Amino acid sequence: MSDAGAVDEGPRLVRGVGFVVDADGTTNVAARPVVALCRCAASSRRPWCDGTHRVLAQRGLTPVSDAGRTGP
Amino acid sequence: MRAPTPRGPLGETVHDYLTRPGLRALGLPDHWPVSTDEDRALALWTLYELSYRGFDDVDDALEWDPALLALRGRLEQDLERRLRRAWTAWDGPRDLPGIVDHDLSGGEGTSSFVRRRATADDVRAILVQKSVYHLKESDPHGFVLPRLEPGPKAALAELQYDELGNGDPGRLHAHLFAQALEAAGLDPTYGAYVDQATEATLTLNNAMSLFCLHRRLRHAAMGHLAAFEATSSLPSADMVRGLRRLGFDEAVVRYYDEHVEADAVHEHLAARDICGRMTGGDPALEDEVGFGAFTCVDLEARSAAELVPAEAAA
Repeated sequence: MSDAGAVDEGPRLVRGVGFVVDADGTTNVAARPVVALCRCAASSRRPWCDGTHRVLAQRGLTPVSDAGRTGP
Repeated sequence: MRAPTPRGPLGETVHDYLTRPGLRALGLPDHWPVSTDEDRALALWTLYELSYRGFDDVDDALEWDPALLALRGRLEQDLERRLRRAWTAWDGPRDLPGIVDHDLSGGEGTSSFVRRRATADDVRAILVQKSVYHLKESDPHGFVLPRLEPGPKAALAELQYDELGNGDPGRLHAHLFAQALEAAGLDPTYGAYVDQATEATLTLNNAMSLFCLHRRLRHAAMGHLAAFEATSSLPSADMVRGLRRLGFDEAVVRYYDEHVEADAVHEHLAARDICGRMTGGDPALEDEVGFGAFTCVDLEARSAAELVPAEAAA
C-alpha cells in the first residue's frame, strides 16, 4: 500500500489497500486500486469519500482532519 | 449499429457517401448547403463514430477517407470556434476548481430533478440522452493516453483502469450502464438511441471527441475530464435517491451508486495528478484546462435545460 497524498480540504488518496478497518471495528473491502478516505467525517459512505466535504466548504466549514474517523 | 438517419442536407450527403459506394466516385461537394446546427452536429458525430465502433453498413476503411477527413476538419473548426467564443464570453471563474464549485452551486440539474420530482418516464428520457456517451464511457480519453508525459499518463491509466472495470468486464462502467438501460426497460444496444439524441447531446459528445482526438487539445481534453469527474459524485448520490424513490430496479441504481465513490477518487486523480502535472502552473496551459472544464459544465447545463421542465408555479 502507498499513500497517494491528501487533497486540500478533501480526502486522502491511498493506493493498494485491500480493506480498511474503521473505528467501530468494521472491515470495509476496497473495491478499487486507489481509494479516497474521508477526512471530513461527514461522508455517508465512511470510510470512503463521497464528495460531501464540498458541501461543507461551500458553507464555509473546513473540518478536515487526519485524526478523523477513517482510521489508519 | 447502422449509420444514423440524416437530419438535413449535409447529413444526407454524408450518409450517401458512407453507404452508397457507387456515389463515392462523385466525391463530396466543395460548397455546403445551408444547414442547421442539428444537421451539422449529427454529421460530425457520424464522422467521429468511424473512429470508435463504426457502422454495420459502412466500410471501415472510410475512417481515413481524405474527403471525409476534410469535411470533418471544417465541421471541427466551426465547433471549436463556437466553443472558444463561449469560453471568451464567460464572465465566471476561469480556473478548474472555481468552475466546478460554480457549477455545483448552480440551479437544478438533471440529478436534483431526479431526486426531487422527476417521473419514471422523465428518468427514461434522461437515460436515453445519457446513453450516447455512457455506452462509450471513458473511450474518448483512451485516445489521449499516448500523448501524455509519464506523470499524467500514469494517473490517466489509473483512472481508466477503474472506468474500464479493473480487469473485470462485468464492472466496466459502459457495461454497468447497458445493464441499467435494460433494467429500466430501455434498449442497451450501443448506439440504439442516436436517432433520438438532441443537438445538445450530440454537441456534448462531439466536444469530447474533438478534444480527445487532437493532440494539440489534450489540455482541454483533460480539463473536460476533470470537470466531468468533479461534478459527478454528489449528483450521482442524488440519482441514487431519486431512482430508489421511483422504485427503479437495483441494476439502474448500481450504475450511479458505483459513481459516488469512484468519482470521488477520479476527480482528484484528474485535477491534481493529470491536469496539475500537465500544466505545471503554466497560465496558458491552465487556461486550456479551464476551457475544457468550462465546455464540459456549459454543455451539460445546456443539455440539462432541455431535460428538466420548469417547476410549475404553486
